[in-house]
Amino acid sequence: MAARHILWRRVLCLALFAAFFYAAGDAEAKTALRVGYIGPLTGGNSSIGLGARNAAELAVFERNEDSGATYNYELFSLDDECKPDAGIKVATKMASDKKILGAVAHYCSAVALGTVDVYHRYGMPVIVYGAVSPGITYGNNYPEILRIIGTLINQNKVASEFMLSQGYKRFAIIHDTTDYGKDHKDYFTKFIKEQGGEILEPMFGVTSDQQDFTTELTKIKSMNPEVIYFSGLTPLGVRIRSQMEKLGIDAQFEGVSGIKSDAFIAGLGPDLAEGCLSFLEGSPVEKLAGGEAFLRSYQARDFKNLPDTMAPFAYVAMRQFLDVIEKVGPDRKKITEALYKIKNADTLIGKVSYDDHGQNSEPYVSKYVAQDGQWVVWEDSEYASGKRSLKKPGAGK
Amino acid sequence: MEMELLLQFCINGLMLGMMYALVAVGFTLFFGVLDVIVFSHGDTVMIGSFSGLSMYWWVNAYYPAMPAAGTAFLVVLAAVSVVVLLGMGVADAVIVPLRKAPALNTLLATMMLGTVLRESIRLFFPDGSNPHPFPGLLPDWSWRSSQLTLRFDNLALFCSGALIIALVHFIINRTRLGLAIRAVAQDEEAAKLMGVNFRLVVLATFAMGAGVAAFAGVMNGIYYNEITFGVGLLLGAIGFSAAVIGGLGNVFGAILGGFIFAFLQTIGAVAMPFAAAYKDVFAFGVVIALLAWRPTGLIAEPASKRV
Repeated sequence: MAARHILWRRVLCLALFAAFFYAAGDAEAKTALRVGYIGPLTGGNSSIGLGARNAAELAVFERNEDSGATYNYELFSLDDECKPDAGIKVATKMASDKKILGAVAHYCSAVALGTVDVYHRYGMPVIVYGAVSPGITYGNNYPEILRIIGTLINQNKVASEFMLSQGYKRFAIIHDTTDYGKDHKDYFTKFIKEQGGEILEPMFGVTSDQQDFTTELTKIKSMNPEVIYFSGLTPLGVRIRSQMEKLGIDAQFEGVSGIKSDAFIAGLGPDLAEGCLSFLEGSPVEKLAGGEAFLRSYQARDFKNLPDTMAPFAYVAMRQFLDVIEKVGPDRKKITEALYKIKNADTLIGKVSYDDHGQNSEPYVSKYVAQDGQWVVWEDSEYASGKRSLKKPGAGK
Repeated sequence: MEMELLLQFCINGLMLGMMYALVAVGFTLFFGVLDVIVFSHGDTVMIGSFSGLSMYWWVNAYYPAMPAAGTAFLVVLAAVSVVVLLGMGVADAVIVPLRKAPALNTLLATMMLGTVLRESIRLFFPDGSNPHPFPGLLPDWSWRSSQLTLRFDNLALFCSGALIIALVHFIINRTRLGLAIRAVAQDEEAAKLMGVNFRLVVLATFAMGAGVAAFAGVMNGIYYNEITFGVGLLLGAIGFSAAVIGGLGNVFGAILGGFIFAFLQTIGAVAMPFAAAYKDVFAFGVVIALLAWRPTGLIAEPASKRV
């Protein structure tokens, strides 16, 4: 018995040795470099996170197929579950691995706000592709943190101007109590008040796993708003919109970028989603210059998930990383410095210039309305052409 | 406050309370009979919603001409049969074998089981990580005034919820099976000596608790028109608290606890609008205070009279 044990152990040792040498030899031949992706790959926001992951992967595939590239790249992706604790865990795991040169990361602001310190501590450059809370870039002086998407300040400015231009004056507010929801609410209410609109008090903070909103909505109904503004993500957005209907609340529903996902419409069905408004940085993929080509090569890869609206941002961010690495080589510090030199670059998502805080200073914000089960850019919708109409301002009174 | 508004708050609270009560009844049954706390019970409710939804999809795909009542019946039937089988399976595979182990082991095992159920739906149900719309199933009749919306489906759900609880009460107190259940609850050894089939009683109890949970799941879906994989976690925590404040092991206590909890949440959001986000903190805080005041629950009975 003992003899057999020893034999097995020897065989195992031999196998391990062989594997080690094989791996070492392989690395020497190809100079493989590692880059990272972190986003929500499971949970309620996974459709967005998976689409963005695939887009980042696409950028890597394309570069590996390019014969002119100096290095071979490998994407290492981790799941932040859209939860700060999980995010910090995976961010630490990735940043502490010096082989990973940089990452495209985070759709959820609450997560990004928690992880920026980690990246800074380990000196790993990160381009945030989807989280829009201002504090991520403006709340610190970390050179490692860049962001390709605009902040929610721009988004709410556009949203408030648009809503007032449609004739709405009285807004009821529901926000989730994460940084994302609160920041949105703060800027939206600020802009609305500055421009003479009325924010109805009280505003309702809700937790991100709440199921029942009938109490809040009943109270809101008695306040007679023209618009119910919700800042938070898709799962809550679906519940609030559907419970509005149950309680017979006849107000316009307006969300933020967090509800602009296909899952929102799928979760409600086209009838209930009809006429809901949302705002989002950038433009739809098809509308982008080069968007068609992006979609074609995305679909050619046979990814399981569709590219959501955040996918082009992740794709461009990953390309920027790879471009920079090709130029300055595998060194985190040099990569960080080189990223800041990106100014006025023409990309799939429009112009990109990083300011002193690493923030893309030229973000474009689109307005969307749900029409026949799709998010349609406002200007192209039948609502803008006058064929259909949103809820009438003043109808509540 | 206006009368109509107050009435609307009451209706919301009653619906919520009925849902909590249905979940709490399960907790209380399992504890009453077997002294176990089955933490996966909330997720069982969620499985009920998803089984119902699958049946709805199936009916829509193969028998689109099926009348609404037939569809509703099949949805409930699917939810109940899947969840009852699941409940009995859990009892046989987890609860009975762990009978002699420390209570903590059962607690842990059922907690893990809840995670397994939740993650299975998320990973294996089509598009399981996203919210799914749940069909209304019931007629959409409603009466509306400026502040008040009375819906027929709410009334129907509430009444059937009450009927189901009454049925559970009837089975326990008026049937031979109920007698056996009560005997096991009182003294397992003695009941076995008197010829009560212990395993059968356990399975029946779990089938009953699971059936009620399945109904709660379908009710949850119809009421909110939307289901997600994660809904069971908080529902389970609330159902359990409701059962505990009512007095674990007492069906009326569970009902009372469910309505108290819903009432507390509603009060929390209405009376403290500046802090609506803290309504759960408020409700659970009051639960702690209630427990400090009556450690065995509001309607505590001697162990011999449990269930």
